[in-house]
Amino acid sequence: MNSYLLFGIVAVYLGILFFAAYWGENKAPRKWVSNPYIYTLSIAVYCSAWTYYGSIGNAATSGISFLPIYLGPMIVAPLWIIILRKVIRISKQHKISSVADFISLRYGNNRFLGALVTIICVIGTVPYISLQLKAVSETYAIFADGKGHESTGILDDSTFYIAVFLALFAAFYGTQKTDASEKHRGIITSVALESVLKLVFFLIVGIYITFFLFDGTTDIYQRISTSSHFSELINFDGLEMGINWYLTLVLSMFAIFLLPRQFQVMVVENSNEKHLAKAIWLFPLYLLLINIFVIFIAWGGIINFGSSEQAEYFTLLLPLENQHQFLALLVFLGGFSAVISMVVVSTLALSTMVSNNLIIPYGFLDKFSQRHSSKNTSSIKNIRRISIFLIIIAAYFFYLVYSIQLSLFSIGLISFIVIAQLAPSFFMGLFWNRGSSKAAIIGMIVGFLITLYCLILPFTLEALTGTSSFTDLGPWGISFLKPYQLFGLDIFNSTSNAFFWSLTANTFCYLIFSLTSKGNYRERNYAEMFVNIQNYAKLQDNALVWRGEAYVSNIKNVLIKFLGVQATEKALHNFFKRYEISPDTEIADARLINYSEKLLTGSIGSASAKILIDNVVTEEKISLVEVLQILEESRDAFAQNKMLQQKSSELLDLTQQLKNANNELIVKDKQKDEFLDTVAHELKTPITGIRAASEILKDDINEMPDELKEQFLSNIIKDADRLSRLINNILDFEKLATGRLKLSLHRKDFSATIDSAVLSLSQVIAKKKINIHYNASTEIKLFYDEDRILQVLINLLSNAIKFSPSANAEIKIDFYRENPFLKVIVQDNGKGIPEEDLDFIFDKFYQSKNQNTIKPEGSGLGLAISKQIIEKHNGKIWADKTFKSGAKIVFLLPIY
Amino acid sequence: MKNKVLIVDDEPNIVMTLEYAFRKQNFEVYIARDGSEAKKILEEVLPQVVLLDIMMPKVDGYQTLKFIKQTSGLEHTKVIFISAKNKASDIEKGLDMGADKYITKPFSVKKVIGEVKELLD
Repeated sequence: MNSYLLFGIVAVYLGILFFAAYWGENKAPRKWVSNPYIYTLSIAVYCSAWTYYGSIGNAATSGISFLPIYLGPMIVAPLWIIILRKVIRISKQHKISSVADFISLRYGNNRFLGALVTIICVIGTVPYISLQLKAVSETYAIFADGKGHESTGILDDSTFYIAVFLALFAAFYGTQKTDASEKHRGIITSVALESVLKLVFFLIVGIYITFFLFDGTTDIYQRISTSSHFSELINFDGLEMGINWYLTLVLSMFAIFLLPRQFQVMVVENSNEKHLAKAIWLFPLYLLLINIFVIFIAWGGIINFGSSEQAEYFTLLLPLENQHQFLALLVFLGGFSAVISMVVVSTLALSTMVSNNLIIPYGFLDKFSQRHSSKNTSSIKNIRRISIFLIIIAAYFFYLVYSIQLSLFSIGLISFIVIAQLAPSFFMGLFWNRGSSKAAIIGMIVGFLITLYCLILPFTLEALTGTSSFTDLGPWGISFLKPYQLFGLDIFNSTSNAFFWSLTANTFCYLIFSLTSKGNYRERNYAEMFVNIQNYAKLQDNALVWRGEAYVSNIKNVLIKFLGVQATEKALHNFFKRYEISPDTEIADARLINYSEKLLTGSIGSASAKILIDNVVTEEKISLVEVLQILEESRDAFAQNKMLQQKSSELLDLTQQLKNANNELIVKDKQKDEFLDTVAHELKTPITGIRAASEILKDDINEMPDELKEQFLSNIIKDADRLSRLINNILDFEKLATGRLKLSLHRKDFSATIDSAVLSLSQVIAKKKINIHYNASTEIKLFYDEDRILQVLINLLSNAIKFSPSANAEIKIDFYRENPFLKVIVQDNGKGIPEEDLDFIFDKFYQSKNQNTIKPEGSGLGLAISKQIIEKHNGKIWADKTFKSGAKIVFLLPIY
Repeated sequence: MKNKVLIVDDEPNIVMTLEYAFRKQNFEVYIARDGSEAKKILEEVLPQVVLLDIMMPKVDGYQTLKFIKQTSGLEHTKVIFISAKNKASDIEKGLDMGADKYITKPFSVKKVIGEVKELLD
């Protein structure tokens, strides 16, 4: 294809992406840009040119060893919920804008550590960016003239212009705001769009190669299986390759968290931690899709070209070979998309780190603190912009010097291993509060030096000298120190060897120095906050232990220099409002110190923020013991507060229960009072009679006629009897009601009991001329307390007799088995029980208001006692409401 | 003319003693076993004194007292409650309703006669 036409197409394509970024930054509705799908697609910045071209090259030469780079992130994706969510929370709370900021803050705003992390990231990422440039330049060349690349000079090199354009793009959209922890919506929008394009284009070419160039997957498989080194392509080459495979898997697990561009899109650009829930399955799905045709494209290329030479560009070469220029163009643009998003996001992330953790804290702080705010913010932005250009230029030169020698795949792995040096201090620091800054620094340096020795030095020497004596023989011929087989261990390939030794040493140093050296109080504070973020989520600005003195006005001056007057006033206003502090307060407290540091962190990084604030604060050193004590107290207070709340709600419950119980008691008391009143009244009635009659007899004994005397005396006797009966009943009732009465159950014939009841009342019955019917011959045996049941029967019969009409009175007793009960019925043909009384007749002292005017004898306790006795037998007693021609009382006793 | 006394109580034995005692004191004695019987007799004989039990079936003592207070011709009829209810609150209630005396059961017959005579003087 014509080189100018291609350049034109690239320019148009870039224009579209630029426009997408513009739209995302300024026009797009928030919902469109901030959602889990865009979030997932932005994480797919992981798939760079390495994926697009390098994987295929790797698959064509070493078979499945391309896979772990994608399997690793897939396997750890579920862990994002635990690890990444924690990182996101911490980062949001502290306005963290890069992995360097994150690590340096964890170890107490350690300025040196921040710088070290930055340097490691730069060293790890610049070759990676150069790899992208290499891919663009090579594909561009293949596309433009169908041959390999040969550049003649920088200004003649199209890659140079592309690099410049990418720098412009990143500089423009990456530095819109001074606060680097703010979201970069424009860049994220274009990254998401690029992720869609690169996936779609890759799938199209995959389908084309697999199904149109060849006859489907089976066809490719059958044809490749005749190839001489087929088994290498589909099998692990023994244990060694297995171990290497495994180590690469672990490496990629680290990379997905630690690569600056991944931290940028996953943490800094995350707008809502809930998006993680979708991302943990969508992102693995994306990786699966983009890898689905890798093997077939690689094999197809081998079949087609007969060798795996230039395998990295099979995606491009296969369509070109078959005269499908348009398809090849899609591939080129897809790969180009992958490059752009990777380069832009990486340089953005790196430039933030370089400016906030390297340039500003080590050179510009003094200058900044003396200048005006508008100058400062533009300086900060300029520093970032210059950083972006420097990084890309560095990558370009790296590409010119080294990249021609190395494959995409190996540059990628070197990057990963360098970045992996952050892993111990990053991951262990998240979960282990003993990890100290000294340990982190030593671990990282040692790990990095080993990587340098085992990986970077050898290939640098090879690239510069063109010989491999250093790698083959070791330094000064000491084979024990051979960089690729360090300490004589030769089961690894070069990258696994470097990874294994560097990370082992790094972790070891980290553990040893963490255990032997304790950090200062500030460090311990942050360690505690990071590790137990959930405890401090509510404390926020309060959590840091601090003792010192500072003036609000001084702090305000510092803030104004970086945020401007308006933003500072607004921020302080918010702060005072949130903590309900008077705006006139002169002395700043720990919360304001922390709040201000946080405000500055977004703009100039945590280390610089600390230095600036420290300048206006006289800080007292607190001993570690004190720190821990205060931390404990704040945590205890928190816990106690929670416990107190719990206790008070329990107390409230108890109070309510008590109230209820009290109410019940009041009701019971009232009932008891009423009962006693009634008892007293009932007892007093016969006593009144006895007293009055006795008084008259005493006074008039001589003049009173004999029959009157006799009348009064017999009244006295009746009242006395009534009194004693009443007393017995009351005692019975009390015993039954309080459950103190024990039944003496015996198995007896019930008809005999009825006989005795009737017999005991036979005199009254005869006197009132009542016909009584019952079938005494039916024998039914059951267990019951005969005396008590007799009491019930006599009571029921007495009532029947009492209410019987004066003529033709009839009482009927029925009893029969109605399993599992014995049913007993006592009915009369009196006037019956008034309907309004039916529900109450078994209540104590309830006497019908409609009784005969002549008060019948009775204590008012008879039916209540009967009910108690029957219920004590587990039986039931009631009045039959349907029976209208008299009263009908029924009771059941269980037969056993 | 003989003084008329109405005894209202549902306990025959108690009524019998009072009846005997007041006859002996030369009273004309009327007896009612509850409030509703009492009302009829009250309107017929317009007694000077009523001895009134409180807890009775159907119409109780309180209702009977109200009836006395509302019926013309009974303005000068004296009412003595005779009840087993002996709490201060009960006594207060009875007197507040307009009873002239309140005697608690068990009572002394002589005292009842004394109180009645005092009221009639």
